[in-house]
Order: sequence, then structure tokens, then C-alpha cells
Amino acid sequence: MNYAAQAIRQFIVFKLDEQLYGIDIQNVQIIERMKPIMRVPKAPNCVKGVMNLRGEIIPVISLREEFELLQTETTDKTRIIIVKLEDAMVGIIVDEVKEVIELADVAIEVVQNVQGKMKSNHLLGVGKVQSDNNIVTLLNLQNIIEESFEK
Amino acid sequence: MDVSQYLQMFIEESKDNLQRLNENLLKLENTPEDIQTLNEIFRVAHTLKGMAGTMGFTRMQKLTHNIENVLSEIRTGKIKVNSNMLDTLFQCLDALENYVEEIINTAGEGTEDYAQLISELERIVNQKKEEVVETSKERIISASPSHIEIIALPEAQETIKNKALAMDMNVFQVNIHLSANCVLKSARAFVIFTDLERMGEIIHCIPSVQDIEDEQFEDSFVIVFVTKESQQRLQEVILGVSEVSNVEIVALHQGVQEKVITSAESQIEENQETHLNSAEANAQQNGKQQVSSKTVRVNIDRLDTLMNLVSELIIVKTQLEGLNVNVQDSSSNYNDSVEYLERVTTSLHDAVMKVRMVPVETVFNRFPRLIRDVSRKLGKDIELVMLGEETELDRTVIDEIGDPLIHLLRNAADHGLETTEARIASGKPKKGTIRLEAYQDGNSVVIEVQDDGKGIDVSKIKNKAIQKGTITKEEAGTMSDQEIVELLFRPSFSTSEEITDLSGRGVGLDVVKSKITTLGGHVEVQTELNKGSIFRIRLPLTLAIIQALMINIGSEKYAIPLNNIQNIEDVRKEDIKLVQKQEVIVVRDEIIPIIRLHRVLGLPEQEDKELMMGVIVKKGERQVGFIIDSLIGQQEIVIKSLGKYLSGIDIIAGATILGNGEVALILDVNSLI
Repeated sequence: MNYAAQAIRQFIVFKLDEQLYGIDIQNVQIIERMKPIMRVPKAPNCVKGVMNLRGEIIPVISLREEFELLQTETTDKTRIIIVKLEDAMVGIIVDEVKEVIELADVAIEVVQNVQGKMKSNHLLGVGKVQSDNNIVTLLNLQNIIEESFEK
Repeated sequence: MDVSQYLQMFIEESKDNLQRLNENLLKLENTPEDIQTLNEIFRVAHTLKGMAGTMGFTRMQKLTHNIENVLSEIRTGKIKVNSNMLDTLFQCLDALENYVEEIINTAGEGTEDYAQLISELERIVNQKKEEVVETSKERIISASPSHIEIIALPEAQETIKNKALAMDMNVFQVNIHLSANCVLKSARAFVIFTDLERMGEIIHCIPSVQDIEDEQFEDSFVIVFVTKESQQRLQEVILGVSEVSNVEIVALHQGVQEKVITSAESQIEENQETHLNSAEANAQQNGKQQVSSKTVRVNIDRLDTLMNLVSELIIVKTQLEGLNVNVQDSSSNYNDSVEYLERVTTSLHDAVMKVRMVPVETVFNRFPRLIRDVSRKLGKDIELVMLGEETELDRTVIDEIGDPLIHLLRNAADHGLETTEARIASGKPKKGTIRLEAYQDGNSVVIEVQDDGKGIDVSKIKNKAIQKGTITKEEAGTMSDQEIVELLFRPSFSTSEEITDLSGRGVGLDVVKSKITTLGGHVEVQTELNKGSIFRIRLPLTLAIIQALMINIGSEKYAIPLNNIQNIEDVRKEDIKLVQKQEVIVVRDEIIPIIRLHRVLGLPEQEDKELMMGVIVKKGERQVGFIIDSLIGQQEIVIKSLGKYLSGIDIIAGATILGNGEVALILDVNSLI
């Protein structure tokens, strides 16, 4: 077996409602507590507004529309994950940030239509967390974010 | 010598020099007899050659050397300036620009020799071969070693000489012969003097310094020079100055005069260092009519850093002002300090902004050359009129604006202007005019490219667009002429080759538009059939920090750039009238339509209060009133972009961070109206 093909990737696991999602740690800049967000008129639905991250203005989005979830109140577990895509930074509101997991490429299963509602190009696949037997949906953030801003 | 650290400087200066060559060659084309222009060209070419040599770019040096040969023949009147020759010279400048390009990209000059251009240059020089041969012969004769007379020194100088010798210094008598066709003899002498004074002291000189300055001498003069340097070195330095045909040096001794004569023909060897010096010194001499200002080249990144720091400072200042409210009872020193800080930051901001401003001239100055080339290629008689070159724009904008303007100018020359025959047939002046004008309009800079050509034929574009499927027939029916003209900026429309055969302009207009848009500007067309067209580019001045009026709408805070605001009015509920379904108010006999910002910004509508507040904004001649909830006040704000993902929202020009860290959005008044 070729060890090079078994590259390990790290994912940050976060929670929206009861479901776990993972995003590649390479994209993640910082995780922030909830901050004041200024609504931007005429912005796409999923864009909650813009926030001030140490002098930079960053759009903040919610994935709830994307996953067809109901809006919830902010709790003290709510976090904003700041991700960097190409050159632009975007904040993503999540209910809770759980942990960082390591997955070998081979441990990521490509599943078509996991939830039936998500487009397949929004997914990298699903990964299994050994410790508690949970399933994490791994997201292709680039595609998700680009499409949500197009709407 | 390691010259890599000078590379950047070399590149910048070469660009400047090439630009100056371009400008002056154009000038020369119009006034071929102007010796001033010619001298300037010669001088710049010479500097360029020297610099290329110093940096070890031999190909570039060789080409410039050949150019110089041609120029020198023109200067001596052996050949006359003509258009074909200038074409060749312009091609040489292009070649030199290619070298510089190559150097920028690879730090080497590449392997292109431009042998054809060089042989063309040689051909021009050899047109009058016989004469050249003859004069060079003369020069050899005059340059041969000859008997040298030791001049008698006046008493005072004799004493200095003896003292110097006693101190183990060398004293030389130097006879310097300038070449017969040297034009600025006093300038050359001056250069020699400056060079020598770096090595020692001139104690005597015949004719007198005054006479030499006034050019009251033949081709030669004699100096007595005290130095620690060797005779060899002295000779090298003097011969390094161009147009010195011959030097004779005699070492002077106490009592017995021993004659050691050395002579050599000039320009056998070129000492680059002194060459540079000579060119510079020469510039001082010739430069009386030149406007020169002292400048320092600064990396734009460093300026950006400075700018960011200023922005931070302004935010802090705003924070302090906010604090002020809570500590009103404390000493008044606090207020004074904050006020003082405000004054300093404001001046600092202005200063930094000004540093970044560059006149559009730096872009415009290459266009006369462009139009000349285009006009010769197309066989059209074109006059380029440039206005408002002194208008200033931010450096980053200046760097980007060149290409779009070239596109527009080419389009104007190629597609806009008719052929000479067609112009005569339609009763227009033979010479087509392209007007390039820049001016400041409020907070933006407008650049117009106007031609007096045939204009854009709207119906042809319409047909073409339908044919290409860009729009449907039904759509075409509802579109205004203006909208149809705007189709030219659609990418799908302009990639087609055929469109150039039409009256329309198509090539690259989408590129122009996208470039201007990324710069935060926009471009519009105004056209009239058979009268011509105007392409108008509107660009923001740098607006990184502006004065703005902060307002409350609902629970949100917004900023309106102060320069958009005309005045602020109280609006009574009953003052709002309906005219053709549009709400208006009457302010001082003027009817002003109103916009309810709640509605536009997607906030819940409110019951009309008895007394509301209206901010009257203007866009050109138009006035519109914004109905707002309340005013916060005037504030200096730092504009931040919303980033790439939200750039599509046109009513928001950006965001700013308030003193308390909150974000407020800046309204784009132009797109709201």
C-alpha cells in the first residue's frame, strides 16, 4: 500500500442543529465568539451581514438556508468560523464547534446525495469519527460559498 | 561591480528617459530645426547609453550607441530629419522598451540584437559617408601629439604650485581640445571642471574661467591642476567626457620643466562613471528651461502601510472623541489634546494622500506617440488634443488606467474617425481630432475620449446583436438607443471579429469596462451619428478616508459621503406631495423627489411622523431627498471594501468601522438616485 496516498487531513467539526459537519482546517483562519453583525441590504439571503474582525470587514453567512434548517437563537456556544477562500475571508455562523478530527483520505467516503437536499458538489464526502461513532458530513466550502453569494 | 541593487533605479530611470526620448522625438518631428530639442534628445540618449553600459546591458548599450550616432549626424547638420528616419528611431525606442521589459521580467536584457534596426541606423549614418570619413581624418590629424608650450604662471599661482610640489602633490598642465563640432563648449568645459575638481584643484586656467563660461574660446583651453592622482588617471577622466578630442598633459616641476606629453583620441574608451556625471552636469546646464522637482521613489507597499497606519490613527481618534462624552467633567486639557490630535491626523492624512497622487500626465504622455503611429499606419490625418493633464489620481488607479485608455484611443482612431476621403466627402475638416480630457468632478475624476468621427450607428448594432443572439427582437424593440450602445460593453458582443468591420467599436470594450469597474469607476458612451462619440470614464479619487454624515435609519447606522450632501431639511408630513406617483417635497421653490431609505434598505416601514428629516443629496444637476430617522453627526471615516463576495451590491459603497468597533455601511448615493 502506498503511504503517500494515505495522507491525513484535518477537519474542524461543527454542529448545526443535531447534525455534524466538517470543514478542512486549511481553510480556517480563526474561530470567534458571536459578534455584532451589521445587516447588508440587498445581500443574498444566507448573508447575515458584515462583521469587524480586527479592522477588516468580513461577510458573515449562515448555512441554515443551505441545509434548509430553521433559524435559531444565538447561544453562548454559537461561534463564527472565519474561513479564507482564495483571497477573501468569510465568516460562518455555527451552533457549536466540537473538535478537530483527523481523517485519512481513504477514510473519506464519497456518498452521493447524503441528505437528498444537498448538491453533490457541495460535499467532499462523509467521514467517520472513531471515538464516538458519529458521522461527519465534510463540506466543500468553496462551492457552497460561491453559490450562496450568487443567489 | 555588483549592480543588482541599482537595477530598480535603472529600470525606473530608463523608463523616464525613454519617455522623454519619445516626447522629444515627437517634438522634433514638428520642429526639425529646433536645436534645443535635439540637444535634449542627444543628452537623454547618452545618459541611457551610459546607464545601460554601467549595468552591463551591452546589447542595449550598442543599440543606443547607434541611435546616438544618427543623432549626432543630425546635430551636425549632415543629415536632415524626415519621417522615415523618425519611424526607425521610434522603432528603436520600442526595441529599447522591450529590453527594459525583459530586464524587469528576467533581470537580463535577453538575446535579441535588433540587428536589422542597427543596420538601418548605420545606413542612415552612411548616407553621407564621404563627409564623415573626411571629418574623422581631420580629427585624427588634429589629435596627433604635438608640441606643447608650457605656460608661464602668475606669481601667486607659481607659489601655490611650488607649495603643492613640496607637499608631494602632482601639478599638471593640461591642454584640452574639444571636438570641432561640439555645440555647447562651455558646458563641456564645465563638466570637465566639475570632474577635475573632485580630484584636485584647478589653480590656473587660460583663457579665464569667465571667458570659458561665456564660450569666449576656440576649441581648446589650458588649465593648471594640482592633484594627488596620477597623470594616467587624469587623462582617463578627461577623455571620459564626450566631445573631448584630445588631451595633452605635462607634469610641471620646480625649476626644470620636464615634458611628458600624452595624447589620445577621444572616445576610444568610455569611462561610464564619468559619462554619467557628465550627462548629469550637462543636464544642469541645459536644464534651465526644464522644470525639475526633487523626488524620491518610494515603494507603493510602504505607502500603503503608512496609509493603513493613518487609518488606524483616525479610528483611535474617533474612539477618543467618543470617550469625551463620558469624561466631560474632567479637565479641559483633555479636549485640547483631542482637538490637537484631530488637527495632526487630518494633516497627516492629507499629506499621505497627496503622496499617492500622480498627475494623469504620466499616463497621457505616451499617447501622442501612440496616435502618431496609429495615424501613420491607418493613413489618417489625426490630431490629438490633450487637456487637463495636471489632474491628479491615485497612483494605483494611474497604473491601471493606461490600457483601457489605449483601447479607447485606438478605437477612436481606427473605428471612430473616417478615412480622409470620407471626411472630405462629408464636408468635415481633413484632419480628424481626438480629444482626451481629464478633469475633476466632485469626488471623481472624469476622463473623456472624444472623436469627431462618424459616431456609432445604433441600428447596425441592434441588428448585429439580434443576429448574434445577444438580445431578442422583442428586447430590441423596448431598448433605448443608449441601452443598445451599452451592448458594446458586453463580452459576448465584442469577442467577435466581424464587429470591427461594422461601424461599431467592439474590440476590447468589455475589457475596458471590466477594468474600470474593478477600479471602482464606470464608463459611458455618448454618440451622435456623423458627429462623433464620447467615451467617458468616471473614476473615484482615492477615497480611503472621507468626511461623512452618520445617520440612523431604523436601528441601523449608515454613512453618507459629505460631498454628496447639499443640505439637510426638516420635512413635515404634509409637505410630501405626490406628482405622477412620485413623492416630492418643495424646498425653496425647487421640487425635489424623495426616497424613503427604509424602503430601499429593506427595513420595516414606519408610520410617517409629523416631522421627519430629509437629507438632500445631489448627483450632477439632480437633487434627491432621503428621508431618514435621525442624524448622528459628521465624522471622518475610513472606507473599507465589503470584499469580493459582496461587491455586487451597488447601493452600498463600502463599510467603515466606528470608534466602538461597530460596522456602519456607506451608502452609494450615485446608485441610489
